Amino acid sequence: MHELSIIASVVDSVLDSLPQYPGARVLEVRLRVGALAAVVEDSLQFCYELAVRGTPLEGSRLVVSAVPARVYCPACNKLSELENLQSFRCPHCGQPAPDLRQGRELQIESLEIEEAEVTP
Amino acid sequence: MTTRIVELRQGILKKNDELARRLRSRFTEAGVLVLNLVSSPGTGKTAFLERTLRELRLAGARAAALVGDLETDNDARRLAASGAPVRQINTHGICHLEADMIGRQLDDWDGLNLSQLDYLFIENVGNLVCPSSYDLGERVRVALLSVTEGEDKSLKYPTLFNSADVAVLTKVDLVEAVGFDRASALRNLTEIRPGIRIFETSAKTGVGIPDWLEFLQEQRSAVRQLPVG
Repeated sequence: MHELSIIASVVDSVLDSLPQYPGARVLEVRLRVGALAAVVEDSLQFCYELAVRGTPLEGSRLVVSAVPARVYCPACNKLSELENLQSFRCPHCGQPAPDLRQGRELQIESLEIEEAEVTP
Repeated sequence: MTTRIVELRQGILKKNDELARRLRSRFTEAGVLVLNLVSSPGTGKTAFLERTLRELRLAGARAAALVGDLETDNDARRLAASGAPVRQINTHGICHLEADMIGRQLDDWDGLNLSQLDYLFIENVGNLVCPSSYDLGERVRVALLSVTEGEDKSLKYPTLFNSADVAVLTKVDLVEAVGFDRASALRNLTEIRPGIRIFETSAKTGVGIPDWLEFLQEQRSAVRQLPVG
């Protein structure tokens, strides 16, 4: 259970990027989380609510998009989604597929912000 | 009021990853092989490491260890009995080690000179989930699994076992006592991490330890041949 430290890093990174947009309010934070990233969305949402209190992120939504695990099979020359995480095999030919190309993502994709009116 | 989308596209653990990258080049420059040992609590990481440190010392190699636990310095005291320099990291509730904890220990470790070491072992906090996300700058991530834990442990924790470079089966002296199905455990590990090298060991009897030591030596030689920088 390290979702709280993950979320604390998210909040820090968002706060770091805000000074470029003075007076802006954060509406939404979008994450990309891989199937093998070892974090659970429910816990992320729970920790997010706690972590944003009293920050410019308070009241914003956290949107988590799940990235499936994908392996590359050199025999089939194909990138395929794993059918289950208990078997790292190419779903086409059934051969072992050690080459994981996607699924460990733990990224902040984007923010949606509301900018303050600029007085001319 | 206008809304706008700001693309960030950055790793959430960017700070940890950056620190780990710096540690890794520091280790390469010093020519020291660094291993990160991960498993559940009770697998026998400390016993395995005790045996490893003792054998390495007998073979004339220079090794040190950092050991992470929530509380107590019991493990550091056990490991230090081997004569190797050892430091305990108490995380006080944090369930994994992070790169900055390693960096801080190395910075204020009086008398430790990385370039005079062959091996640095990092024994992570016992946990099969969280340590998989945190790069510590290691060259080899070792996932340990004891025969008392069940053959399907790797299937239950694919995120961690898939991130490992090698696997170590511990307590194989208990195989018969606990009715451990060896073939099934090895098959499961290979399903999760195809091609993974597996060492079957007992810290108590010494079974499997010579192969493990040979692997360490090969890996250490490989580090010395890496380009620095």
